[in-house]
Amino acid sequence: MWYFVSPEVVFGPDSAIRLSQLQGKSAFIVTDANIVKLGLVDLVKGLLSQAGIESTIFDGVEPDPSIETVRKGAALMSEYGPDWVVAVGGGSVMDAAKAMRVEYERPDMTIEEVFSWTSGLGLGAKSRLICIPTTSGTGAEATWMIVLSDTAERRKLGLGCRETIPDIAIVDPAFAMAMPPGLTAQTGMDVLTHAIEGFTSTWRNDISDGLCLRAIQLVFQYLPRACRDGQDMEAREKMHNAACIAGMGFGNSMPALAHAAGHSLGAVFHVPHGRAVGLFLPYSIEFIGEAHDELWAEIAHSIRLEMPKEAKAGPALARAIRGLASSIKEPLSIKEIGIPPDSFENSLEKLVDNAFADATLIMAARVPSTEEVEKLFRYAYDGTSIDF
Amino acid sequence: MGIKYWTDEWAKAVCRECNTSQAYKEAAKKWEGDMYFVTEPEGPVKERLVVYMDLWHGECRSACRITDESEKSPAYRLSAPYGVWKQILEKKLDAVQAMMTGRLNVKGDMAQIMGMPRAAIELTNCTLLIDTEFPD
Repeated sequence: MWYFVSPEVVFGPDSAIRLSQLQGKSAFIVTDANIVKLGLVDLVKGLLSQAGIESTIFDGVEPDPSIETVRKGAALMSEYGPDWVVAVGGGSVMDAAKAMRVEYERPDMTIEEVFSWTSGLGLGAKSRLICIPTTSGTGAEATWMIVLSDTAERRKLGLGCRETIPDIAIVDPAFAMAMPPGLTAQTGMDVLTHAIEGFTSTWRNDISDGLCLRAIQLVFQYLPRACRDGQDMEAREKMHNAACIAGMGFGNSMPALAHAAGHSLGAVFHVPHGRAVGLFLPYSIEFIGEAHDELWAEIAHSIRLEMPKEAKAGPALARAIRGLASSIKEPLSIKEIGIPPDSFENSLEKLVDNAFADATLIMAARVPSTEEVEKLFRYAYDGTSIDF
Repeated sequence: MGIKYWTDEWAKAVCRECNTSQAYKEAAKKWEGDMYFVTEPEGPVKERLVVYMDLWHGECRSACRITDESEKSPAYRLSAPYGVWKQILEKKLDAVQAMMTGRLNVKGDMAQIMGMPRAAIELTNCTLLIDTEFPD
């Protein structure tokens, strides 16, 4: 027994028009100041007003949003009493909006009480949630997961349950056009990590497999183009779709080791999520190694990866990912991110503890011991391929 | 000849496995909290069967079969029908997936469980080392 959950997905050019077809009275827009500056929120407000829906804006979501931000937004949401919650932004904005909406609908609960096996929240009594991604990476528009930061403990909290999935995802490539090459690259690596881990986690399943494989193909084909030329509409659209497809895939099969390590690195050194998980992806493939020989081969085949007849697909795939990352100027080691050796050493225990406590760790086909997690961080720091 | 399912002997055997497993010791080194594992009647199991385990910092301090549930007030209660436990013990069902699909019910401090995912896996691995004699 398993579930596949997904929002209604409206995608492609002009899909934001879906907003003008909504029924309701008021909308609470969750976003950040940068998205407001880009004019995307005005666009959303205009479309909502065509539907006769008045709206207000909360633009206080920071990268890696904290519980405090969620509390603040939820309080304002409760005062306003919207029947639509509209998130316009990247993963941080969408995750914050999901969390705020839970506290708005269920003032008797806090978001920290919502875990993957929570049920009976009864969301939807007051509002419905729309997510409009402005980056092509997180796939949060199509997942129930909510990642928030515990700033005091310097760690990320994986919250949410099946019921926290958005009702509607609007995947309009026009909203991703403003991404600079660096952001396009790191969010693109996020898509690839979601798709590969979703395809190879211990919870992989027949429904999510096809989605993950398609997303992997799209990333290898279109990410370099989207990074080279941000005005390449086809590449932008395909990467925007890939992010959503990967979200639907891994959201129903779970990510694994690269996410456990990446979450930890991100929380301790504030490395952007996509860059952090993307960096660990080839190392985790090497570590899992033979446990997934057939799946690595399936991925290699799907992207027509050329390799010698006798070669193992896992290491070849790890090399191909490093090649892709290199071509879009993403770092291949923690050292390359610019973290000094002494800071790394001083934080190593925390990095290992965080990774070990991350729920995604147990979805890996080979679950590392604490000693192996430490070794993995050291290898990733130096940029050395895993040989243990 | 195996050890009969959910008996006092079975509980103590799992406890011994936990105490000899380096992997469990490491994964659960911060774990604090005793547990009831409850089998709800189903199929050949005609009455509630309760096993108690006192798990503390990677160690199983004691374990036994409980006949009166009010005897202790454990921090956690994990309950499921017999068929679900059997699938978990035969490694046909992931315990966390069983929780997520509502087949394995958990009561207690969820944050601690979420913060030590590998402890749950290693505890399950310890039960797999027991040659369990199922009632069917």
